[in-house]
Amino acid sequence: MSFINYAAREINCKLVYYGPGLCGKTTNLQHIYSKVEPNTKGKLISLATETERTLFFDFLPLELGTIRGFKTRFHLYTVPGQVFYDASRKLILRGTDGVILVADSQIERVEANIESLENLEANLTEQNLSLGRLPFVLQYNKRDLPNVVPVEELQVLLNPNNAPWFEACAKKGAGVFETLKGVAKLVLNELKKKT
Amino acid sequence: MLGADLTLYEEDERRLAAVLRRLCEDAKSRAVFLIDKSGQLIAAAGETANVDTTSLASLTAGNIAASGGLAQLLGEKEFSVLFHEGEKDNLHISVVAQRAILVVLFDHRSSLGLVRLRLKRAAEDIGQAFAEMALRTQQEAGRGRAAFRAQFAQLTDEDIENLFKG
Repeated sequence: MSFINYAAREINCKLVYYGPGLCGKTTNLQHIYSKVEPNTKGKLISLATETERTLFFDFLPLELGTIRGFKTRFHLYTVPGQVFYDASRKLILRGTDGVILVADSQIERVEANIESLENLEANLTEQNLSLGRLPFVLQYNKRDLPNVVPVEELQVLLNPNNAPWFEACAKKGAGVFETLKGVAKLVLNELKKKT
Repeated sequence: MLGADLTLYEEDERRLAAVLRRLCEDAKSRAVFLIDKSGQLIAAAGETANVDTTSLASLTAGNIAASGGLAQLLGEKEFSVLFHEGEKDNLHISVVAQRAILVVLFDHRSSLGLVRLRLKRAAEDIGQAFAEMALRTQQEAGRGRAAFRAQFAQLTDEDIENLFKG
């Protein structure tokens, strides 16, 4: 749900990083946080357990700059990936303008990725949304690991509608900003269509 | 009630800010914040300079969303009021006009009773303001929106690329 503030000349959009547990959603936000200028970001808030697993969400407000005279702000959220936190995931998805599915490329996580995608689709359906109607991109993360599934195979399994996709190694930062840019483009173009 | 997307014009902001300023004074509170349920700050009044309002908005919305989830679990429509008591400062959080959250930050100079009393009028005023904003948006989907549309219609991939430079 975008929020256009004519008084402050601001556009605010909400993006949600989705995906199975330990796929690298929080790592994406941490990398963005570490790389952007201090004056363009807010605090990175992580509501996590003592073992650094996301409990509720991570949140990073990001000011990207001015577009056509409007300050463009993105609020980045991650969901908790572990299966039993589904109630929290539903809450965080509310009012989102775009979704990034972070997939773990390792062979042993193929099922977890599919399960997460199905869970995302189900939770969007509950809100009368669908992947086809929402700005949506995929990130194939952990491409640097030795036991990864070929991208072509992941595409067949996770991306039948051929949404924009990006290879990444979030820990080293590769592909993180490309993914963010990819979804930001879709969100702003959607806003253009709606106005 | 407003539609899914929230659009705030300058006069709306002035009007809501005036309601918040009065509430802040009447309730003898430190600061008052009006937040959209999706976590965006709409307006604020009082001692806001040292508060990270963006984080406050996001965490409050998460708080209300989690309470809403709990309410549904127990067969309640929603828990519309939350109260957090600290050693020095307290937070009174309430849902107003269905889609917004009003946060009152207060210390020993005020009391929960006074805050609750003063909130009622402010909530009514905010509800009224939102209703009129919704009506006006329906009636005249033009004006600033037209200017915005004109600007945004020309949005190019290059504009977006430029956002990520530097």
